[in-house]
Amino acid sequence: MLYDIFIDPFVQMVEMPDFFLQVLWEGFVAGILYALIALGFVLIFKASGVFNFAQGIMVVFAGLTLVGLHENGVPAFLALIMTIGVMGILAYGIERVVMRPLVNQPDIILLMATIGLTYFLIGFGEFVFGGEPKRMIAEELGLPTGSTAFEMGERGLVILQHIDIAAAVIAIIMVSALGVFFNKTRIGRALRAVADDHQAALSVGISLNQIWAIVWFAAGLVALATGIMWGARSDVSFALEIVAFKALPVLILGGFTSIPGAIIGGLIIGFGEKIGEIYWGGLVGGGIESWLAYIIALIFLLFRPQGLFGEKIIERV
Amino acid sequence: MNAHVSQDEMPREVKDVEREDLLRVDNVSLSFGGVKAITDISFDIKKGEIRAIIGPNGAGKTSMLNVINGFYHPQEGTITWQGKVRRKMKPYEAASQGIARTFQNVALFKGMTTLDNIMSGRSLKMHKNFFWQVAWFGPARAEEIEHRRKVEDIIDFLEIQAIRKTPVGRLPYGLQKRVELGRALAMEPELLLLDEPMAGMNLEEKEDMSRFILDVNQEFGTTIALIEHDMGVVMDLSDRVVVLDYGKKIADGPPEEVQASQAVIDAYLGVSH
Repeated sequence: MLYDIFIDPFVQMVEMPDFFLQVLWEGFVAGILYALIALGFVLIFKASGVFNFAQGIMVVFAGLTLVGLHENGVPAFLALIMTIGVMGILAYGIERVVMRPLVNQPDIILLMATIGLTYFLIGFGEFVFGGEPKRMIAEELGLPTGSTAFEMGERGLVILQHIDIAAAVIAIIMVSALGVFFNKTRIGRALRAVADDHQAALSVGISLNQIWAIVWFAAGLVALATGIMWGARSDVSFALEIVAFKALPVLILGGFTSIPGAIIGGLIIGFGEKIGEIYWGGLVGGGIESWLAYIIALIFLLFRPQGLFGEKIIERV
Repeated sequence: MNAHVSQDEMPREVKDVEREDLLRVDNVSLSFGGVKAITDISFDIKKGEIRAIIGPNGAGKTSMLNVINGFYHPQEGTITWQGKVRRKMKPYEAASQGIARTFQNVALFKGMTTLDNIMSGRSLKMHKNFFWQVAWFGPARAEEIEHRRKVEDIIDFLEIQAIRKTPVGRLPYGLQKRVELGRALAMEPELLLLDEPMAGMNLEEKEDMSRFILDVNQEFGTTIALIEHDMGVVMDLSDRVVVLDYGKKIADGPPEEVQASQAVIDAYLGVSH
């Protein structure tokens, strides 16, 4: 038993390095995708201190809008631009109808509001696009398909899906852009100010409404990118909403307010899940991929509740 | 100078004669449901003066500041800002017209450093294109450097160089109040509203703060309206004082006059009815 837990998996890793590399790559890709979802949460949390329950459904909604438009004869790229427009309108609508009336309310009220938003978007999405899973129009958008195989020594092969490489590249670009946006721009500083204290932000002339609309729009764009990437790997369906809950352990690891944290957290969860499933899953009958992330997060909570990169909780008493 | 002003008159009365109204409040009433916070209050704030608003707890002083600042909208009455009657406006619009403020319970951006907090006060003055800012070069960079210079001047002025990079959540209360004043100054306001700038400070800190307030008023010519409970400070600093009690104005005038007013003494000491 002890041999199975502590020695055998590592022996396997060393004996079949190509397979291990393949597992690592799968973990990396899963991690990047988790990170993309977590990023949407971080954006809203940074600017309003709200855990946006609706981020998962926004991913589905963005994906469905894109595919739905294309199905109705809109060319792929035009559909993409229109979807960006729709996410903009959605952001403005959320600010106007949900956030604005709730200024200065406790965070828990805002959380409830985002849960309400989730159910609204589920209903509205099904009403407009129907409940059937749809195929993502990845090829039409010019995303690469196919795969490249790398030979490993004499007997091994590592296969990289091109779409996964594209996902990684896009995620890295988005993350760097958002990082610069938050740290180097006036609007970024205003975002952080709003997150800290609504009243004080207003008193120095920052418009909450404008900032919230911007940040929800940014979260909408991240949701769209996530929707395309996840959709290309499976299908665009309401089941995708569930992956949003995978963002929770990622956020606990990385910290709710840190963009790099979302990335590192996503990667840890991604690697952990795949490696755990392949090498240790068999010991308990497999299927540990779905819950291992939460266990990792729980252990993490015990030692570093603010996450790897979260803001230190400073409280002067 | 002004020949008609005799030598022994107080300089603050000279101000009264010369200065024009910066802000006028006319017959303003504000209520929350059935609770009347402010009833039919009128007063003015003249350009360049230090105006104190005093009164017992719950008199409506902070509500009054919130009305001026645009947080609350009075049900009745008008506010005239620089000669124009003001329409209902948002706090950030008031800020863009040159009204800055500090809060009774320090409202800083706790996770940010002193420098970033004060920089946030410049947000209305920074206009360069967003894309330049993202790129972090060209005109936006020059602009950022220029604002940074202004902010450094304020930091020097308030003598808080040592805590420039400290997250403000870690600072002691007195310094937080100073940073908050710095953020308001960074807006280069026409009118600076200070809500109990010296609450919870020791004598030395109060003296420092008083000195800063006087300097701001004299060096930058900023008009200041302040709420304060320390009567010594109020009498020393202010040119004119308005006294509120239970949401009504009970006195208005130079400090000595207000101090002698029977209504004010009654309000503070209580009176048997």
